[in-house]
This record gives sequence, C-alpha cells and structure tokens, in this order.
Amino acid sequence: MPIDVAADVIANQPLSADYNVLALAAPAIAAASAPGQFVMIKANAPALNDPLLRRPFSVFEILRGADGTRTGISILSKRIGVSTQLLYDARPGQRMACLGPLGRPFTIVEPPTEAWIVAGGVGLAPFATLAEHLRARGVHSTLFYGARRAADLFYLDFFRALDVELVLTTEDGSAGERGRVVAPLDRRLSSRSPTAPVMIYACGPERMLAATAQTAMKYGRPCQVSVERIMGCGLGGCYSCVVPMRGDDGGAHHVRSCLAGPVLAGDQILWD
Amino acid sequence: MDLSVRIGSLTLKNPLLAASGCFGYGVEYADVVDLSSLGGVVSKGLFLAEREGHPAPRIVETPAGMLNAIGLQGIGVRRFVDEKLPELRARKATVVVNVCGTTLDEYVEVSRILSDADGVDAIELNISCPNIKEGGIQFGCSLAGTFDVVSAVRNVTRLPVIPKLTPNVTDVASFARAAEDGGADAVSLVNTFLAMVIDVETRRPKISNIVGGLSGPAIRPIAVRMVYECRQTVKIPIIGMGGIADARDALEFMIAGATAVQVGTANFVDPFIWSKLLAGMREYMERHNIARIADLVGTIDTGHTVAERSGV
Ligand SMILES: Cc1cc2nc3c(=O)[nH]c(=O)nc-3n(C[C@H](O)[C@H](O)[C@H](O)COP(=O)(O)O)c2cc1C
Repeated sequence: MPIDVAADVIANQPLSADYNVLALAAPAIAAASAPGQFVMIKANAPALNDPLLRRPFSVFEILRGADGTRTGISILSKRIGVSTQLLYDARPGQRMACLGPLGRPFTIVEPPTEAWIVAGGVGLAPFATLAEHLRARGVHSTLFYGARRAADLFYLDFFRALDVELVLTTEDGSAGERGRVVAPLDRRLSSRSPTAPVMIYACGPERMLAATAQTAMKYGRPCQVSVERIMGCGLGGCYSCVVPMRGDDGGAHHVRSCLAGPVLAGDQILWD
Repeated sequence: MDLSVRIGSLTLKNPLLAASGCFGYGVEYADVVDLSSLGGVVSKGLFLAEREGHPAPRIVETPAGMLNAIGLQGIGVRRFVDEKLPELRARKATVVVNVCGTTLDEYVEVSRILSDADGVDAIELNISCPNIKEGGIQFGCSLAGTFDVVSAVRNVTRLPVIPKLTPNVTDVASFARAAEDGGADAVSLVNTFLAMVIDVETRRPKISNIVGGLSGPAIRPIAVRMVYECRQTVKIPIIGMGGIADARDALEFMIAGATAVQVGTANFVDPFIWSKLLAGMREYMERHNIARIADLVGTIDTGHTVAERSGV
C-alpha cells in the first residue's frame, strides 16, 4: 500500500549544472521500497497549481541511520522542466509530498546468473538499490553506463564499492569508449558462452532502451527494462503512462506502466 | 449532520464522487481510499468492446490544469461486469458507470447489460468526450441527439440515467433541457474543454491526438457558471465538476446549484483528498449552522441583478 509523506528535504547535492541528488526523510517509504519502484513527488506546496501534478522518480538510494534503520530515500533528478527545476533548487527543511513506493520492482537474479545493467544518463537512478541487492545475493554485476560526457557520469565510486564492474561510454569520448552504451553490451554478449546465464537490466532514453532490448533478443537473453512515461497519477487512475505491449493473445495492448511497470519485459514491448 | 443527497431514486451518502476517467475502475484505489466512504465512484468510460485508446503521450500539463486525450481506453462493459463489479460491490462502493457508444444502439446495449448486472447504481451517459472522432460528442453537440440517446436509454433501464454534458457548446443549459425532456434523472457537467498545446521548438503538438480536453483548476470558474446556468433552466439534479481541489470549491458548485460534485484531476495530485474534502464540508456546515448539506444546493445570493443595479 502506497504511503504519502510530507517529506523534509534532508540534503540537496548538485552533481552538475543539471543533475542533483535530493535526499528526503521518508522512513516508511524507504522501509517498503524494492529496487525499481518509484515515488510521485510534488515539488511545490500541495495547494499550488503550477506545476499542478506530481512527477514520477525512481527511488535512487535508500538512506540509513547510524544503526542501519532506513530513514529516507534519495532521487536522482535531471533539470528538464519546471518541476525538476524546483527540485534542483530545493533547500534542506523544505517539504514535499512524496507518494510511494509504487509500481512493480525488478526481479532479482541469483548466482550463477550475472547481472548486466545498462544505464543511460538519468537512467542510472533505479540501479543503485538494485546493485546493493544483487551484491547481497552474491551476484556478479556489470554496469554499462553511457552519458554525454565524462562530467555526466556519476556515483562511479558507489558502484565500485559494491564490486560492480564498470563499462563506461560517452558521446564525446571524454571518458570510456566513445559512442553509445549498446555497442560494448553487444560485443560482450557476442563473446559470452550461450550456456552462461545473464540477466540484462536497462533504464534510460527510449531509443537506448529499444536498442538494448533488441540486442538482448538478438542473443536470446532476458531483459528487464524500466520505462519512463509521462504520468498523471502513478496509481492506475488516469491511463496516461501506457506502453504498447504484446498480449497473451498476440495482439497489441496499451499497458499502464505505473501498475504493470515501470519494470517491463523488453521482448514484450512493441518498440516502434 | 446530514451529508446525504438524492439523485433521482438514488441516495448518496455524501455529495462527493470520483470523476470518470480519473479513478480507473475504482478498484485501483481500494488500497488508498475506503471506497464506501465516497458518495460514489464513476467508472472509466465503457463501450461494448475493449478499446486501446490513443498512443502516448496522452497528457500534458498546462497552467493550473492538464490536457488529456486518452481516447477512452477501456476493457468493455462485459469484462467490467465480470472482473471489476464484484470487487466494487464487496467494497460497498456506490457505482456509477460511465457509458459510451459510437451509435445509439451501442449506448442502449451497454446500458441494458449494466441494468441486468448486480451492483450498478446509476448510469452516466458520456455524450461529451472530446477525444474520439466517432460517437459520443456527436450526440452531445446536438439537442436532438442528446434527447434521442437519453430517451432511448431511459426506455431500457430503471437505473438513474445521468447524461454528462460537454462545455464545448454555446448554450449548455439548452442541452440540460434536452436531457430533462428525454427523461434524464440528473445531468452531470462539465466534461473537458477542447484545447491544444504546441511545443514551439519542435512545432509539434504535445499530445499524440493533437487536441485534448482541458481539466483542473483552470476551468473551474467556467464550470461553475455553467452549473449556475443549468440550475436556472432545469428541475432535475445537477452533478457539478471541473477543477474542484478542496472543500470550498465543492461548496461553490453546490451553492451554484449542484446537488453533488465530482472530483477528477485533483485526485491525481492527492489521492487522499477525499477525507479532507469531507472534513472541510463538515467544518463549513458547522460554522454556517447547516444541518443538511442538501439545503445548501442552489442557495446562491445574487442580490440585485446586474440589470437592476444599472437601472436598465
Ligand atoms: C485523464 C482523464 C480521463 C478522463 N476520462 C473520462 C471518461 O472516460 N469519461 C468521462 O465522461 N469523462 C472523462 N474525463 C473528464 C472528467 O471526468 C471530468 O469531467 C473533467 O476532468 C473535469 O473535472 P476535473 O477538473 O475535476 O478533472 C477524463 C478526465 C481526465 C483528466
């Protein structure tokens, strides 16, 4: 059951001119969150009409107190509109309505299956908690992480500390391999023994997701993608956030990504 | 304190209903809201058959509002009866079903199926969706069409029949009158205002259907005016809506002449809004010494008319 919290901003760390990590005091949401789930945040006061609607954000980190109890969550945000501007400018002590946890989480694999995580830009968001859970199960994880430039690659030490192997790409070549993140993924898949199990997890821009899902299909590998859609409510009420998917009957159906997702099977989505 | 109101033969325990298309089929909210605490739940629009609706993007935010063009995605009336109605009944929800059709016969058939089902309390006839080409609006934008649909459905059901009117006409009150003449038990208004938003950088419309329906606080004053005009024109109860976001907004509609109200967009912003709305209503009744909320309906005090004041 989702919980709505008037969450205090604990900290707001700018990562660049566009990206920030906002920490919110929300123990109940933190306690209930599973990797891949999201929250709906209203960046301004509840009674204010501009912006009117909440926005969906993946839970980025689970924050813990000194004794290990879950005290809150953080979100990774990229400034693209009014709400994300408000989140970028938010100050500690401010309050925000935060509803969650929502949606279907990732299915987490067990060894000997390896986890190959593919992230583009702000699509890194759901993978901090996923990597922690994978590590706790002893799953070997690799993060294929692509961004525009070196300065837009964040939290590398966080993932290194979890023994996640990093494969970096940038569009300008300023860090890692120049180009798109799907290229090294494809190479690795092509050289991996078909009998060695891999689960692919992906989140990022739509075209990257489509390319990742298609690459996974090419090699017959399962792929869980976390989709991002414009959402009205996050609870299944408005039918705004639909994704076209192949149904059991073989036909195309619009599926609400807030309820059936945001994590969906990459090979069931009808990518256009 | 008596919060109950009557819509035809139906008594609602309070005047607050969840608006169609803004509350799924109701069951989606069963974890968040005690469905039986609402005056009623209005389902998403239903045709005979399943529909997939328009591609995304289906909504875009606007100043104090939003545009939607969902395209009436829905599971069809039979699956609703089989899969959703039992749970709604178990949760003791008062169920109003939003009925759509591409033809008069379809409205009649969907209404007939619902009348035979167990647990439907009223039918809201959606003759006002601005987002689909065929059906619906073609009835809602013609006085004769409105009369015909209402009277045809009236003939096949004993459930309260509540046509939902579009604001995209010059004189909404004349449509309320056509509905009343056709045998409607009440009218609900307003559906969304046809609108559009263009991205000036790409010169593309921001939703896939190009145009969509505007809802939310931005439309409230127009909707209140329309309810007021209909109140002057018809005797049947009015269910008012359009941008209600707190108890005062709901009371405003009631004072203008609405017997009950629906809340749509505000439920997206705050799914826990219902208990706050009820508390706000109670607080108002206490402060104004109102024992029965029904006594507030249509009590607007217009004092002197504009004509009198200007000496005309
Ligand atoms: C996303 C969305 C979907 C809607 N779907 C329907 C529908 O299926 N049938 C209908 O009669 N009205 C539908 N409406 C209109 C609402 O029921 C209501 O008339 C309108 O939104 C004005 O109320 P509000 O400002 O409180 O949202 C929809 C509105 C929205 C925002």
